[in-house]
Amino acid sequence: MSNETAVLPPVAEKKKYTGFLRKNIREYAMFLSLIVIMVFFQIKTDGTLMMPLNLTNLILQNSYIVIMALAMLLVIVAGHIDLSVGSVAGFIGALAAVLMVQHNVPVVVATVICLVAGAIIGAAQGYFVAYTKIPSFIVTLAGMLVFKGLTLALLDGQSIGPFPEIFQKLSSGFIPDVFNHETLRLTSLLIGFIVALVLFSMSVRQRLAHTRQEMEEEPAAFFWLKNVLFAGIMVYFSFKLSEYKGLPNVLIIMSLLIVLYNFVTNRTTVGRRIYALGGNEKATRLSGINTSRLTFYTFINMGVLAALAGLVFAARLNTATPKAGLGFELDVIAACFIGGASASGGVGKVMGAVIGAFIMGVMNNGMSILGIGIDYQQVIKGLVLLAAVWVDVYYKNK
Amino acid sequence: MVETILEMRDITKTFPGVVALNHVNLSVKAGEIHAIVGENGAGKSTLMKVLSGVYPHDSYTGEIVFNGQVQAFGDIADSEHLGIIIIHQELALVPQLSIAENIFLGNEQSNNGVIDWAATHAKTKQLLKKVGLKESPSTLITDIGVGKQQLVEIAKALSKEVKLLILDEPTASLNETDSDALLELLLELQREGITSILISHKLNEISKVADSITVIRDGAAIETMDCSDGPIPEDRVIQRMVGREMSDRYPRRTPNIGETVFEVKNWQVYHPVHPDRLLIKGIDLNVRKGEIVGIAGLMGAGRTELAMSVFGKAYGKHISGEVRLHGEAVDVGTVRKAIRHGIAYVTEDRKALGLILHDDIKRNISLPNLGRVSKSSVIDEGQEFSVAKDFREKLKIRCSSVRQQVMNLSGGNQQKVVLSKWLFSQPEVLILDEPTRGVDVGAKYEIYTIISQLASEGKCVLMISSEMPELLGMCDRIYVMNEGSMVGEFSAAEASQENIMGAIVRAGSH
Ligand SMILES: Nc1ncnc2c1ncn2[C@@H]1O[C@H](COP(=O)(O)OP(=O)(O)OP(=O)(O)O)[C@@H](O)[C@H]1O
Ligand SMILES: [Mg+2]
Repeated sequence: MSNETAVLPPVAEKKKYTGFLRKNIREYAMFLSLIVIMVFFQIKTDGTLMMPLNLTNLILQNSYIVIMALAMLLVIVAGHIDLSVGSVAGFIGALAAVLMVQHNVPVVVATVICLVAGAIIGAAQGYFVAYTKIPSFIVTLAGMLVFKGLTLALLDGQSIGPFPEIFQKLSSGFIPDVFNHETLRLTSLLIGFIVALVLFSMSVRQRLAHTRQEMEEEPAAFFWLKNVLFAGIMVYFSFKLSEYKGLPNVLIIMSLLIVLYNFVTNRTTVGRRIYALGGNEKATRLSGINTSRLTFYTFINMGVLAALAGLVFAARLNTATPKAGLGFELDVIAACFIGGASASGGVGKVMGAVIGAFIMGVMNNGMSILGIGIDYQQVIKGLVLLAAVWVDVYYKNK
Repeated sequence: MVETILEMRDITKTFPGVVALNHVNLSVKAGEIHAIVGENGAGKSTLMKVLSGVYPHDSYTGEIVFNGQVQAFGDIADSEHLGIIIIHQELALVPQLSIAENIFLGNEQSNNGVIDWAATHAKTKQLLKKVGLKESPSTLITDIGVGKQQLVEIAKALSKEVKLLILDEPTASLNETDSDALLELLLELQREGITSILISHKLNEISKVADSITVIRDGAAIETMDCSDGPIPEDRVIQRMVGREMSDRYPRRTPNIGETVFEVKNWQVYHPVHPDRLLIKGIDLNVRKGEIVGIAGLMGAGRTELAMSVFGKAYGKHISGEVRLHGEAVDVGTVRKAIRHGIAYVTEDRKALGLILHDDIKRNISLPNLGRVSKSSVIDEGQEFSVAKDFREKLKIRCSSVRQQVMNLSGGNQQKVVLSKWLFSQPEVLILDEPTRGVDVGAKYEIYTIISQLASEGKCVLMISSEMPELLGMCDRIYVMNEGSMVGEFSAAEASQENIMGAIVRAGSH
């Protein structure tokens, strides 16, 4: 047994860069693709994409997909899938309309009821997946049919609306501006700036801590480039949004959720256990982790966020329609896979799913502006999904 | 002059951050059994993967000459075509298919695409007979133990036209009787003109069958020794392997045994799928403070089933009986509870039950005791990292960093990660199931040292092993198990290979 075992021949500085890049190519590639796609459409649409109004719309249009993608990522990482989220979102929208519009239930009460209903739906499906071991694909396929049907039944085939004004604010409201500036919402810009600064300094602090413990791998150049770019983009977007009506309320909700889920997956024990569960269920169970309960919880979580997304969507349309939520599950699942999640579980990142959702969103939006028909939009989106996963597999085999 | 069937020249293979093979030369004579030995992570498996085309010819440098011709294998099919068949360290059978289906997978006995089941079964029977298996060809792979699966792998190799058979640690999961049968089989095949390359950490086996021995250390071929003028002393092989003298195989220890801590009483377990089959038939055992207790037995004696059912009822149905700690009955109904009571179980099947393969070393180690590296459910990554680094040093885990995926570690190093994981859970009772399977001599010594250290700290160690010398060398007391019952118990002084085998044979003849 040589005593100096694990000591490797010193790696040249350059090799460190390429080695690191190869290991993490996925993350950088994702981020870069999003930027490239945005620049592409920005040029192609003669600057329409980044117009304050359009940017605001882009965020509103994608918020509910992003919200669901956060929970879907956990479901996929745990080694499952949920096909029912679109129908559940539609159903909850309908439930909200019935409560608020037809029965005049106060908005807050109705919202709470809807979120709890989402949790119950998630629990019901989670029960079958976690405890009776029926494959999630089948359970949620059934759920998809059930809730599609229930939506129709609940709405009686009609659209119900409009919602109370305060509820509409969920999707169409903006951060109030205290400065009352003519053309620029200073409050929103300030918030954007501060958040960018906070996130930036948090990254730096984490890096310092990691460097102290000699566990930092990312070369300094990459770190600074990535973070400066990221902060810059955030400030730029806040500026753009501030030129219109400021930061949308739903953007705030979405951002908080992204930060929360990013934290949960990266830093908490629950997050870690979900990854382990998806990676090797038996080994995880033999490590003393209650895998069934964990699966059950991920589905409850999915139900709640699907409900929230349903509310956001209903508020945005200002009516509940029987068609609401149709096909959302496809966009949500695609976002996770484009973002690097593995269909066999155990792999995937929150930021990946978010970027994946925005890649889809920007493409939807850009192609619509360009006047590409819905038919070819779908074809292109399908091919992008395939290409993203193909690149993934390619690099894994390399 | 014997002709050379295989020459590997100047083979260099690198992985990101690791030079796995560094200008290796290997020459194998026709008709010989050529053993390859070396420490965990030395590069043995990698060399064989290069040879068999698992790593295609453009992924390494150097050349392979087989049958006098330079070969450039693009994949395994290319090498199989020439009769080079490899049986990997990790078995590659499809669990839900039958023995016959597995043996002829990809090589189906068929007429125009329609499988001829009669021929398949008849041929399978012949092959099984040759490797000494009595199972029916239609038995599913999941229903037989790892040892028998190994024999099925060999039968599968024999079903092809094999000229050079490569076996990567074939006996790692076999007990002595089965290993002997397998070695006998190799000699038999040798008489039929088949050349074999045998990788093993069990030097006694190697001296039994090998005609030459190549030692690999740190990715380089150190020496090839010719055994035709009498066997090479094991010490010399070890010295070449580890690069220094090793005087002892087992650490010296003075047992300091206290009161009884861990007891299992009248333990009964039924089969999980066939609930009318009683597998563990009312077993009693106990381990005292600071004691290392072994469980010997043949394959299928029920030792793993016993251990796993005690560990949070992770195996079996209708479990009855009692587990006591310090004289008090404790509830071990779930793995979590068992862990909380200070019981840990190191599995024999590290890939399926022990590791999250695509996760890195540090995440695997911290998993059973995340609480210890976190504050109010938030993981302290720095602490986790340094814990992993400690274990890496203590157990000499060979890796490029503790962030390396365990998937890419050599078999023996994976074993050390599993062990670290359970040491990290700070158990009071440590149940080890084949703890040194696939581990090299040097690392074995380190693992033994850790085990004795635990015992001297007053922990209870229960050690299941199919390697009798290991039990005899380490244990203070040895239970013998056969077909779900305890059939003998020997103190260290009484225990001997003959005694233990005698107990098993006597029990079998009742
Ligand atoms: N796919 C891979 N990626 C990165 N490193 C690898 C990969 N495969 C093997 N290695 C590294 O190459 C080295 C040689 O590994 P190899 O599996 O050949 O060892 P071995 O001699 O067979 O050991 P053991 O006796 O433990 O089976 C190890 O350091 C291992 O970590
Ligand atoms: Mg190996």
